[in-house]
This record gives sequence, structure tokens and C-alpha cells, in this order.
Amino acid sequence: MSLQLKQCATTAGTFHLGPADMDLPAGAYGVLMGTTGSGKTTLLELIAGLAPLTAGALNIAGHPCNNARPADRQIGYLPQDGVLFDTMTVAEHLEFAPRFRGWPKTKRIERVAELAERLGLTSLLMRRPAGLSGGERQRVALGRALAGRPKLLLLDEPLSALDEQMHSELCQYLAKVHKDEGVTVLHVTHNAREAELLGTHQFRLEGGRVLTKS
Amino acid sequence: MSPTRPGSTGDKIFFGTLIALGVAYLLLVVGMLVADASFTTPAAIRSALDRPEIRHAFVLSFATATVTAMLSVWFGVPIGYLMARRNFRGKALVDAVLDVPIVLPPMVIGLSLLILFQTGLGKQIEAGFNSLFGVGITYEVPSIVIAQFAVSCAFAIRTLRVTFDQLDPRCEEVACTLGCSSRQAFWHVVLPSAWKGVLSAGLLAWARALGEFGPVLVFSGATRMKTEVLPSTVFLELSVGDLEAAVAVSLILVTAAVGCLLLGRLLGLKVAQ
Repeated sequence: MSLQLKQCATTAGTFHLGPADMDLPAGAYGVLMGTTGSGKTTLLELIAGLAPLTAGALNIAGHPCNNARPADRQIGYLPQDGVLFDTMTVAEHLEFAPRFRGWPKTKRIERVAELAERLGLTSLLMRRPAGLSGGERQRVALGRALAGRPKLLLLDEPLSALDEQMHSELCQYLAKVHKDEGVTVLHVTHNAREAELLGTHQFRLEGGRVLTKS
Repeated sequence: MSPTRPGSTGDKIFFGTLIALGVAYLLLVVGMLVADASFTTPAAIRSALDRPEIRHAFVLSFATATVTAMLSVWFGVPIGYLMARRNFRGKALVDAVLDVPIVLPPMVIGLSLLILFQTGLGKQIEAGFNSLFGVGITYEVPSIVIAQFAVSCAFAIRTLRVTFDQLDPRCEEVACTLGCSSRQAFWHVVLPSAWKGVLSAGLLAWARALGEFGPVLVFSGATRMKTEVLPSTVFLELSVGDLEAAVAVSLILVTAAVGCLLLGRLLGLKVAQ
């Protein structure tokens, strides 16, 4: 599913982003870099429908999404720090999107088992976020974002604050997920090595504008 | 560099003063409770509870406080959530108005309710209520719930607003990107995370309602076997000079309030936010 931003702008308090242009083809793995405070998270929120689009046109899979509800954009969003739901178990996190997207129970159970296996969460399915390590939490958040089979995956620094081993493991997970699920990804990072390793398309956010690197 | 000195003279005086003030206040509270308890006997409490008018007040107090607590939570959850999550023009004014019942003198709340139900609109509401349920409002049992609710709901809203303020709004946002509507995100993500705050608000509203006297006295009266609640009983028994019965009923109220606080602590809640 392709992603296109044409002269998109948003305002959050005193911060102004845009006009920003971006073209990410279907199935690509886009990596977005930029200095702290440059608006990377705001851009992801704009695409996710969590920040208002004040100007421009946003197309997802060729469809205009300027006014579409976040729930209708067919996206999976992994915010910074994961933002897990305190009261839910790992299994309930993985089942969340399929449940609210109306999947039948048997299909939901299959999907939870499949993701748990792929992300190494099978033994943690009955745990709540409070009992998980940083790496486990990130994997649960990734699984939750992927569970509803989104066409576009938005990842906000999914590998930050992880030790080197966990970072490398999750990097491999992401590459595998991208390949296996055929999902278009937009991944925000500060890490140039991560960008080189994963990205098929690289972007840089500077002065509220998106610069395409390759 | 030498390690931190274990308390200089200045520190000792500072913390000594804090401790002395804290202990003085604690002694006042404990002293009141001990004085109440030592003034009466279990037999006197039993004898007070044997009187039909006090038993009636006991049942009426607990029933109205429970209904009030449920109403306070029912109104408090949406209002607290709205105040925590939405910004709108005039929000500061709305916030101040919501706190008015907390700062108004209790008698004034009762008087204001009495006047409200004497206006054209108030009379229409009372007539409609009467035709629906066969009972009026002013000086009847429903007025007790309204008088208690006017104060308790403000405390419930305050507690719930703090609860929702402390929950990360990004949880609802993420839920919305995963297929939820705002209503579903509220029911399935926000409310389960806020259960402790909801329970705290309910307990606080219940305890406040049980002890409410001023508004109830003015708006409902203190008619025996009709609108007399336990705080009214304390007042009535004192006014006829039956100090033992007044203290016995006071102890029931104290036990209920302390029980409420202990239950809250047991469940890990912060009942008085």
C-alpha cells in the first residue's frame, strides 16, 4: 500500500510542520530520520490521523485520507515507548486489532498464536505489561500493531532504549516481518546503522520539510 | 569529601517542628475518636439501634448514600473524562463552577436547592417526578439524595478528573488506530485502567453522602420516620439532651467512615484525593 503526502501541514501548539512531501511505494521500507524536535513523531501522528491535517493532501493506497478516522486508515501504529494497555495480557494485546476489526474468534486465535510464535512471546501470553522487560514490551507493541494485518506500519523509534543484543534481534524481526507480511513500513529512527540495514527508502526531516535521500 | 552529615541542628529543628505539628493533629483526631468510644458502651449503641426511629434513620442513611454514590460515579465519570481530555472555550469557568459545591457552606447548598425547587422550572420538575413515581421531592426522601448528590458529585468529579489526568491519552489514540471508535477506546481501554479511581470516587462520594447534614436538614427537613438520616439523628438527640444516643449514633457514623477509608487502603486506593 503506497503512502503519499502532498504539501501536508499540521500545527501542534506552537510547533508547525510542513509543507511536507513524501512518496513511499507499496511494499517499501521507509526510514525517516531527523534531529530531536524536528517533528518526526508529529508526522507519524499526522499520517495516523492523530494530528489534524491543516493543509495538503494525504493519500494511503491511492485513497484520499485527509478526513478519514484513524480506525479506517488500515494502519498499524507503534508509538514511542510502546504505550501498552496496563490491564490487558499479552494475548489480549495481540487480539486487540483483530477483535475490533471484526475478525471471527477462530481466526483471531490463529493470528495470536502465529504472532506470538514469530515474536517469541508464546510463554508470555498470560502476562501483563508490568511483568515484562523493555524488549518484551517492544515486541508486544510491535505484535499489537501488526495483528490486524495493516497495509501500512508506522513505527516510532521501535528499537530505542534496547540493549545491543535485543536491538539486533528486533532489527531482524522487523526485516522478517516486512518480508513475510508484505507490509509498507515507515520507521522513525535516530540510528543511521538501523536505517542502512532496514530501509529501502530513506527520508530526512529538516525545517518541517521531508527530504528524500534515496 | 566528607559523607553527608546525619542531621545538623537546623535539620533537627526543622523536622522536629514538622513532627510536632503532625503529632498534635494526629492526637486531636485520635483523641476525638477515643473520646467518642469511651463515652458510650456497646449496650448503649444496641439500645439506640433498638429504637425504631434510629433504625429507620440508619437504613435510610445507608440506602440514600448508596444511591448517591452510584449517581455521583455515573455523572462523575463522563464529566471527569471530559475535563481531563478536552479543551474548550470557558473550560476554566466550568472547572470553577464544578468546585462550587465543595466551597459553599452546606446550609447555603440546602437553601439554594429549596429555592430552586420553588421556581417555575423546579415546580414542573417536582410535578413530573410526582406523576412518575407518586412521591414529591422537597421534604421527601428524593430530596435527601439530591442534597447529598449536590455535594458528593463534586468530590467524585474531582477524584475522577485526577484519575483520568494520570492516564496516558496515547493509549486511547493507539486504540483508535487499531480499529476502535472513541467510545470503544473509552470502554475497553480507559475505563478498565481507571477502575481504582472510579472505586475511590464511589467510596468518597458514599462517605460524604453518609455524613451530609446541612443541605439535608434545609432541603429535606428532619422528620422522624420520614426524612431523618443519621447526622440529623445526632442533631435531634442533642437538641433533646440525649447525649448517649447522640454519641452512639456518632460512633456508627465514625465506624462507617473509617471502614470506608480502610476498605480503600486495603484495595490500594487513594480515597481522599
